[in-house]
Amino acid sequence: MKRNIIEKILDAHVIRKDEAAGDVGILTIDFMLLHEVTSSQAFSLLKERGIPLFDRTRLAATLDHSIPTAKNRLTIVDDAARLQVAALRKNCKEFGVTLFDFDSGYQGIVHVIGPELGLTQPGMTIVCGDSHTSTHGAFGALAFGIGTSEVGHVMATGALLQATPKTMKVAFEGTFQPGVTPKDAILKLIAQIGISGANGHIIEYCGSAVRSMSMEERMTICNMSIECGARAGLIAPDEVTFAFLKGRPYAPSDSRWDEALSFWRGLVSDEGASYDQEITIDVTELTPMVTWGINPEQAMSVHGTVPVVDSLPATHRTVARQALSYTGLAEGAEIRGLKVEWAFIGSCTNGRIEDLRAAAEVLRGRRVHPDVTLYVVPGSEQVMTQAEREGLRAIFEEAGAQFRMPGCSMCLGMNDDKVPAGKRCISTSNRNFIGRQGAGSITHLASPITVAASAVAGCIVPWEDF
Amino acid sequence: MRAFTSITSMAAPLPLKDVDTDMIIPAQHLTSISREGFGAHLFERLRTTMPSLFINQARYSDAQIVIADANFGCGSSREHAVWALLGAGIRVVIAPSFADIFASNSSKNGLLLVTLEPNVSADLLREATESNLSMTVDLDSQSVMTSDGRSWSFAYDPFRKHCLLRGLDDMDYLRAHLAMISAKKAELEPYSFFRVGTPNR
Repeated sequence: MKRNIIEKILDAHVIRKDEAAGDVGILTIDFMLLHEVTSSQAFSLLKERGIPLFDRTRLAATLDHSIPTAKNRLTIVDDAARLQVAALRKNCKEFGVTLFDFDSGYQGIVHVIGPELGLTQPGMTIVCGDSHTSTHGAFGALAFGIGTSEVGHVMATGALLQATPKTMKVAFEGTFQPGVTPKDAILKLIAQIGISGANGHIIEYCGSAVRSMSMEERMTICNMSIECGARAGLIAPDEVTFAFLKGRPYAPSDSRWDEALSFWRGLVSDEGASYDQEITIDVTELTPMVTWGINPEQAMSVHGTVPVVDSLPATHRTVARQALSYTGLAEGAEIRGLKVEWAFIGSCTNGRIEDLRAAAEVLRGRRVHPDVTLYVVPGSEQVMTQAEREGLRAIFEEAGAQFRMPGCSMCLGMNDDKVPAGKRCISTSNRNFIGRQGAGSITHLASPITVAASAVAGCIVPWEDF
Repeated sequence: MRAFTSITSMAAPLPLKDVDTDMIIPAQHLTSISREGFGAHLFERLRTTMPSLFINQARYSDAQIVIADANFGCGSSREHAVWALLGAGIRVVIAPSFADIFASNSSKNGLLLVTLEPNVSADLLREATESNLSMTVDLDSQSVMTSDGRSWSFAYDPFRKHCLLRGLDDMDYLRAHLAMISAKKAELEPYSFFRVGTPNR
């Protein structure tokens, strides 16, 4: 029986002995990341019921969602956020869970620090109480977001109950044109199959364009799998993956490196393996993408015009009208030239060193438009240090951008970093839902290159305009 | 987990597709470390932008059933979305489809998600908007029946049904299988290359 990589990882981790459970099986979990927002109630549950942790060496925690990104971040003004952060510190201490806290050198967004530390490895099952856990799939791991009840299950038993998912193969073929990035490719996929196009599926990304991507770029692709409904998205590991991992703190020890490599090299889909759905996208013709509406499927080429509602499928018109009313765009209008007041470069989607390098390349020797506030928020303390070492911080600051401390920041409007009501932000994050970046804020998702270029222009522009 | 058997209630309409978890409960409320108190903020952003929202209409104040359009619950994995619905007294959501993580979270908390054919769901949504639609949702018989006697059946995973009818949560099931889980972990041990807290370098 030919199997794809998704089936291989599932087969290795699923226990199927209970007829009564039918399609639902016990999936053993190799590693879980914790953050302050979705772990507290799970720790409470364990305490209430007197249940110990199954294996604390399979857990790692950090602070990312509700923390400030200002320089003096140690003082958290918001009462609830301060209590939440204190609760995580207390729980980690009480249960003996490793916490990558402020100034540990490793604090950052969960999906940035896992790979950086070498904790994310091929063939593993990885979960976190966060839907962008799919990011870790870039290493050939089966990684997905779970709710807080399930966080508790994994804490207590190292496993959770899962129904068998369907599989989807997405091939990105061809070569990117200058100024076009994997962020544009994943926005294109979401626009094409829709926000629920991969519901019930796990995606394997493959194809020549994927093979030539760096690990950072692969993480951007896998990160947004959830935006088309897929709980997980992964990429079979290859030499690029192994080179990224080698030498990282938790990567296999030198004595076990060859053993790890021989296991990892087997993690590929069998030739001729089948999938429930298959899609191919040629990236050669792709142009930079930007969203125009209130969910990530409402994306278009930056050179294009906003859709005319009646030209859309009937099932999409209500949401499209709601979107245009919220974003204040006119049907048929060009999106190029649309004024923005805010710009955000960061998040688990595009807050890695390569993203900062790409943005800095655009901003070098230029000034952010006087009407625009640009936040550059590194995804982790390691990214921040690296950006400083490479002189990127100086480029951002000379351009008039705010280079801030690591965290989720302006991606989700639950910390101090919010886009004010009625203001328009071009953002490298992952969701443009109504009020996502703050009540009443308007979001346009794009790549770091497009965001940097637009921050300079004061309006949405393609990179070639420079 | 709270068991679910049967509910008879007025149905409240939410005529939106792709209702995301940010709409259900905005992130600004997620700093709470409790499972309580989210109901007061259910659909907070829609309350102001959508005057016709059922929460803004007194006649739906006792509704325990919500009927929505496709792909309900998309977006973030926040279980707070389920806690907010339950906290506001909602026990059933009917829609043509649901997002995966939201569906999983619902099944862990006793919120019943009923998937009906798009045309049936759309008709019921219209009726709930235009008139007072009262219905009984029964999990054991997997049926939705309106007060005037029309009925539809819905699919539901047999294992999940067993658990939901009795209020059994996954924790007890998983803990009962700990020996089996440990055996599986031992089998996977040769493929594991780190212990958190003890870096390899």
